[in-house]
Amino acid sequence: MSAVAHAHDHSHDHDHAHDHEHHHKDTFITKYIFSIDHKMIAKQYLITGIVMGIIGIGMSLLFRMQLAWPEESFKVFSWFLGDHAPDGVMKNDMYLALVTIHGTIMVFFVLTAGLSGTFSNLLIPLQIGARDMASGFLNMISYWLFFLSSVIMVSSLFVEAGPASAGWTIYPPLSALPQAIGGSGAGMTLWLTSMAVFIASSLMGSLNYVVTVINLRTKGMSMTRLPLTIWAFFITAIIGIISFPVLLSAALLLLMDRSFGTSFFLSDIYIAGEVLHYQGGSPVLFEHLFWFLGHPEVYIVILPAMGLVSEIMATNARKPIFGYRAMIMSILAIAFLSTIVWGHHMFMSGMNPFLGSVFTFTTLLIAIPSAVKAFNWITTLWKGNLQMNPAMLFSMGFVSTFITGGLTGIILGDSTLDINVHDTYFVVAHFHLVMGISALYGMFAGIYHWYPKMFGRMLNKNMGYVHFWITTICAYGVFFPMHFIGLAGLPRRYYTNTNFPLFDDLQNVNVLITLFALVGGAFQLVFLYNFFASIFFGKRAPQNPWNSTTLEWTTPVEHMHGNWPGEIPHVHRWPYDYNKPGHDVDFVPQTVPMKPGEEQLHH
Amino acid sequence: MTTLLVIVILVLLSVALWQLTKIFDLTQAGRVSDGTSQVATDKDNNLQGYLMFIFLAFIYLFTIYGLWKWGHLVLHTPASAHGGQVDNLMNITWVLIFFVQTVTQGLLHWFAFKYRGREGQKALYFADNDKLEFVWSVIPAIVLAGLILYGLYAWTNIMFVDEDEDVLVVEIYGKQFSWEARYAGEDNVLGKANVRYIEGVNTLGVDMADPHAQDDKVVNELHLPKGKKVLFKIRSQDVLHSVYLPHFRAQMNAVPGMVTQFAFEPIYTTAEMRDMDFMKEKVHNINELRAKKSAELIAKGQPGLDPYTFDYLLLCNKICGASHYNMQMKVVVDEPEDFKAWLEGKETLSAAVKASKAKPADNEAEGSVTVDADTVKPTTLVSTAPSGAAADSTAKAKPQTKPAK
Repeated sequence: MSAVAHAHDHSHDHDHAHDHEHHHKDTFITKYIFSIDHKMIAKQYLITGIVMGIIGIGMSLLFRMQLAWPEESFKVFSWFLGDHAPDGVMKNDMYLALVTIHGTIMVFFVLTAGLSGTFSNLLIPLQIGARDMASGFLNMISYWLFFLSSVIMVSSLFVEAGPASAGWTIYPPLSALPQAIGGSGAGMTLWLTSMAVFIASSLMGSLNYVVTVINLRTKGMSMTRLPLTIWAFFITAIIGIISFPVLLSAALLLLMDRSFGTSFFLSDIYIAGEVLHYQGGSPVLFEHLFWFLGHPEVYIVILPAMGLVSEIMATNARKPIFGYRAMIMSILAIAFLSTIVWGHHMFMSGMNPFLGSVFTFTTLLIAIPSAVKAFNWITTLWKGNLQMNPAMLFSMGFVSTFITGGLTGIILGDSTLDINVHDTYFVVAHFHLVMGISALYGMFAGIYHWYPKMFGRMLNKNMGYVHFWITTICAYGVFFPMHFIGLAGLPRRYYTNTNFPLFDDLQNVNVLITLFALVGGAFQLVFLYNFFASIFFGKRAPQNPWNSTTLEWTTPVEHMHGNWPGEIPHVHRWPYDYNKPGHDVDFVPQTVPMKPGEEQLHH
Repeated sequence: MTTLLVIVILVLLSVALWQLTKIFDLTQAGRVSDGTSQVATDKDNNLQGYLMFIFLAFIYLFTIYGLWKWGHLVLHTPASAHGGQVDNLMNITWVLIFFVQTVTQGLLHWFAFKYRGREGQKALYFADNDKLEFVWSVIPAIVLAGLILYGLYAWTNIMFVDEDEDVLVVEIYGKQFSWEARYAGEDNVLGKANVRYIEGVNTLGVDMADPHAQDDKVVNELHLPKGKKVLFKIRSQDVLHSVYLPHFRAQMNAVPGMVTQFAFEPIYTTAEMRDMDFMKEKVHNINELRAKKSAELIAKGQPGLDPYTFDYLLLCNKICGASHYNMQMKVVVDEPEDFKAWLEGKETLSAAVKASKAKPADNEAEGSVTVDADTVKPTTLVSTAPSGAAADSTAKAKPQTKPAK
């Protein structure tokens, strides 16, 4: 309990000295703000993530409009961008700022903190049978550091020279020199500060997850009886712990180059009519450090989504997940390989081509565990009894976009083919489908599925259906045509393509992409309405609405600190006994002991 | 028009979906327990199962539509010797991707439709199958091994240039927001260079004391001889840039503080490329679009657009600042004899530097040297400064000479 809570309790005692019931009651502040209850922290992560998501997706709509109708005047630009859009025409450096902050917010604030932060916090204690995280206090600090870093990132939007504009990868020298682009001044300082705080938050969260999974499992919950969600969160936390500190070191060295005149990443630069003093540094070193985090980061984003999808699919297919052990093995293989493939972002960076060969090899290997996962999901559907809840639809949507986006990775991961598609819209199409849209689908699936657990109420399913179908059509509508303009050689991060008559025939495609984006973006309002309205007006949820086997559905609907009113339940079986022969009901919760003579039918 | 159509279709689609779900809502009115629980009912399962099947058709049709409508946008015949190998590997990979995509999306959505939930339907308890899992781990492994081997073979061929190979050495130099090129001259060796030597007309910072630098020539339009392998040595003055030559399947970053390289052999001259059927069609198509756009602009009282003729281009493909979107250099591939004649017509850098130094003292750093129209055409802020200053100093020089007379 925090000091604030104690002080409050104390004054409380004066008023109602005889009223003992009030002694341990949470105040508004300890319950909703500085809470140490993992369920409340999960909700805090989720709502912060959603707010950041609104900002990030909103930005993408603005720059998509600029791409479709270059240098045209829009009222909406004047409203949101102010001086950065004189007469409603977006300025070229503002375009880059929007692209940069969109990427940063979506990757780190929405899909790392908003997705992994929410569901790791919510599900780890509930699904392993623990009363809370190993350290509730650390957990609270983790959330508030995330909140602080979000505030710093958003505040950087209001810096006069503009926020960071060097791309979300912030490659120096562009990110190091305010002479090179306005956003590399105060905007970039705030970006780096925000990320440093974010990394601290992420590390605290990850350490907590790892310790909790290792130490606080209930009796009978062996590692091979863990739901796949927990495996995914567990491994995600480990790769976060391994790779985020490397980004921190890169950020610190970059801060030193910027502020104290060191030359870690800079050398031989002549800009704005003068030679700078930097000597001996290398931007390629920064690229290595950045992608040493940056590549595992995409798996930090996608693994939790995979875990959620596996769990939701099994529940809604009323079937055990196919190949439970293969799923775990492939999570482990992906996590291991993800730390040794970062160089495929750098085939064209000027590093030794021999390194390119090595990274091509490791990169294409990662397709094997990914393929295994995709096949296993599809087989899970086979001969199931599919309950088409919105969460299930988003899970199947996830598999679809993961395959579509993942397959083009075979092209990008091959150094020879990367020569000509590197940094074109082909890359944009690839990673948005495979880790952007897919992870968002995973997140939506998780929200639809565990909303009853989080808020004690149900989301409206019909709004969920509309949300899913429009989103899924628009997502393909946006990113499918992008492959073609990328293969036509159109570079990404161009403010307008009108200076290249060569690309004039791509303009119609760009307009179509933007229209799909605008419609898709608008229909997220259906979700937002559903989400916020259902908190107050949704139908009250039963204890186990999806007839699921895992432990979280054995807790009462009303939240309580400690999760279970009595003893923590013991676990007697794995989490996927759906439609097991020999049982009358189509699901056997993990808490049900094996019948005499009942066989374990999986391995 | 298409845009309007898309909007209309999407709006109608959403209305239709909304109405359908509403109808199902109403039909559920009798079954209170199921209808309002917000858990999918059999009717939902049925409808969503069918929609999944329709969505599969959407994916297939959208793919076919895309190939038909946008397939021609994709880069066509490569203009470099190694380009054929790249495109070949690309095509093999595409065949594989389309096959896997069609089959897996088909299975995924077909199962979603086929096994949609029904009251009383029992799912099969099917937890693992070693044989199946072995098969679909090994097949991707074998296929990928093939792709990796082919890819690495091609990569090694493209990226490693033998020391004793007969190549033309050309430096590509990037800066915010333009490109320059330097030819190594008779000795085919580039003079040493560093940004600390940048002075006046010597915008690339070439060390003029280096004997190899004496015959170097600097231009801002890249000419290449057909049929000769060109080794590009790439430098940057300020931030990261990327030398991207899409028609040649060539790309390499320009990194301040180091020299990167890429080599290829152009196999079609600009004239030959312009004359190819696919290119004629592409240019014709673009010009129709431009004519339409131009008419609109003129109607608004703005200047119209010039018609487009094809040229190879070098684009910047690494975010480098506000004007990243307009950092380009024209590339011309000539017949070898035309190339030779063109290059011989260019002044060496040392001559340009000498000429600028020979001017009166107040001109020195700025260099009001007269050069060919397409030699060192200043296009950036940094390099416009000297020419502006040069104009100033010549203006100043005139009154000064008068009293002397």
